[in-house]
Amino acid sequence: MTDIKIKDNIDKDTVQAVKELEGDKYKYGFVTDIESETAPIGLSEEVIKFISAKKNEPEWMLEWRLQAYKRWLTMDEPEWAMVSYPKPKFQELYYYSAPKARPEIDSLDEVDPKLLETYKKLGIPIREQEVLAGVKGAAKVAVDAVFDSVSVATTFRKELSQAGVIFCSISEAVQEYPELVKQYLGSVVPQSDNFYATLNSAVFSDGTFVYIPKGVRCPMELSTYFRINAANTGQFERTLIIADADAYVSYLEGCTAPQRDENQLHAAVVELVALDGAEIRYSTVQNWYPGDENGNGGIYNFVTKRADCRGKKSKVSWTQVETGSAVTWKYPSCILRGDESVGEFYSIAVTNGHQQADTGTKMIHLGKNTSSRIISKGIAAGVSNQTYRGLVSAHAKALNARNFTQCDSLLIGDKCGAHTFPYIEAANTSARFEHEATTTKLGEDQLFYCRQRGLSAESATALLVNGFVREVMQKLPMEFAVEAQKLVAISLEGSVG
Amino acid sequence: MLKIKDLKVEIDGKQITNGLSLDVPAGEVHAIMGPNGAGKSTLSNALTGHPSYHVTGGTAELNGKNLLALEPEERAGEGLFLSFQYPLEIPGVPTLTFLRTALNEQRKYRGEAELSVPQFMKAAKEAAKRLKIEDEMLKRPLNVGFSGGEKKRMEIFQMAMLEPKFMILDETDSGLDIDALRIVSDGVNYMRAPNRGMLVITHYQRLLDYIKPDKVHVLVDGKIVDTGGPELALELEKNGYDKYEALVS
Repeated sequence: MTDIKIKDNIDKDTVQAVKELEGDKYKYGFVTDIESETAPIGLSEEVIKFISAKKNEPEWMLEWRLQAYKRWLTMDEPEWAMVSYPKPKFQELYYYSAPKARPEIDSLDEVDPKLLETYKKLGIPIREQEVLAGVKGAAKVAVDAVFDSVSVATTFRKELSQAGVIFCSISEAVQEYPELVKQYLGSVVPQSDNFYATLNSAVFSDGTFVYIPKGVRCPMELSTYFRINAANTGQFERTLIIADADAYVSYLEGCTAPQRDENQLHAAVVELVALDGAEIRYSTVQNWYPGDENGNGGIYNFVTKRADCRGKKSKVSWTQVETGSAVTWKYPSCILRGDESVGEFYSIAVTNGHQQADTGTKMIHLGKNTSSRIISKGIAAGVSNQTYRGLVSAHAKALNARNFTQCDSLLIGDKCGAHTFPYIEAANTSARFEHEATTTKLGEDQLFYCRQRGLSAESATALLVNGFVREVMQKLPMEFAVEAQKLVAISLEGSVG
Repeated sequence: MLKIKDLKVEIDGKQITNGLSLDVPAGEVHAIMGPNGAGKSTLSNALTGHPSYHVTGGTAELNGKNLLALEPEERAGEGLFLSFQYPLEIPGVPTLTFLRTALNEQRKYRGEAELSVPQFMKAAKEAAKRLKIEDEMLKRPLNVGFSGGEKKRMEIFQMAMLEPKFMILDETDSGLDIDALRIVSDGVNYMRAPNRGMLVITHYQRLLDYIKPDKVHVLVDGKIVDTGGPELALELEKNGYDKYEALVS
């Protein structure tokens, strides 16, 4: 099924671990029993103060949170997306839950063995487990593990810091690099941006902070495994990545979550800032629990991801493979502020069963000679529904703005739906925008052709689907591509027959 | 080898095949000729298990195995191959990837070991050379942007790689110019063997100049109405099917 040529230096364990992921049922439906320190249920100023105090935050951070909270109280949950779900009861959620804090973790040996066990079940490659366990000389993928909202392990700090790269939890950044945080936090996604981003600003528990100094090419791919673990805990990560002038960084985000009865809310905010000549590649594989066969349970994934190509000739590339969650609602976007800046969005969204996804991107052209490219591949099966929603806009000063958009949808079966809403706005006449869209049905004849050659219906589907998404898969870093290809196949299991 | 008895097939509730019987022993090549709408493609689709074709009666066996009880991929695993009249495009899937996956699934079905990549590549190179298929074409997504003739050559290439026991060629000659016809026929003849059987479905006698059949059957109105040697094809070319059609109507 796969024809991916594994590069010699690519971890064989990664491939092996991915193979072991294969299974009929969602395998990550387990709960690790780690003692949590949990905030009181519901949301109030007191809870926010509790979170802030837990994290020993300075006064300005608490003020920032409270400001967001006051703003949030005046806002209403938006309803324009093509998704339907019971509204979260915000006063019945827990907003903070941390694995019992250890004073300081110099050595990763101290990490709870159950946590390591969890990583194993998740199929996190052995090498990265070794990294987590603090084995020297393990693979050069730095992992900042966000486990139940708090970073418990950050690795390769040394090698990165030699390069001048800062890669740490955002809580730590608040303590150690307050000036950088103050300068950039909320500068891409303002506190008051939208209902969920504002909520996140008030209660974010943890997340990742990355700073690449001028002229530095980050010596390794940075990778974070997110995982939602405690029951009834809203997950509010906050990620801030800054690439200073002429810097380069590639960041990988991968997600899985344990099986739950309750719906879990996930409302992260990701802010990327690229200064003059800088480049950021941000790749996501999202595989949160999509709910059972009747559509119960599953994660609500309401994320705000935005990049500011602030500098001249800066470049940001979003690549996402979205296979999980009951409801997905996200639009990784680029503000092309700097002249000649470039924004890219490559997306694969797979929905099966009762999943719903409303996803896409926004490319806001502000600077001259800016260009953007959007390739979106949507696959809908079962009784799922998905929507591509995109905005490409050129402002009056964005002379010679260029965009190419291609949106392809593949339908499997006749009970699913795919919708495309491309919004295009050009406020100057020199802008040139192209849009192509196709919708195809995975045909009985195509399947039969494959089966006549000896492929089972399932592997024929996997092959056809992988062919469909190939163009985007090729944009992923190799480790992710192998994993993602498997995930796509797993997500569609049982969709033909 | 292939034994069909009193086969009845419906599509969309309409009976197309009306009690067809046919026996192709190992080592023989049989041709089926008939006018449009006689049920030629219905026969090949029903034998290979296309889900839109419903067998309502009769039997079909390959080497004693009841084909009708098997899934399409299992029939392929048993060695049944269809060269499609209209080969489908498989976007994004390189030809060799497709073929290697298919071959290994078939081998798995038969309990054989997977073919290693070097073994597979060697076989592919040889077969491609025989069929005058450029290496570059094998790297392209299967059939995408191929001409009609290239698609047909690619079917025969797949046939060579999968080494089936029984082959059905459904109007393989349509859309081929004379050079392509020769290349394809050579590829088919190369596959002839004492343990292989073949059914060649065609409109025209022309193909049978290149692929010499042991027997020729005339299919009209879903039934075999006449059987003879290669000379029957020549006669049909001259006189058409009128006399048979008058018979059945």
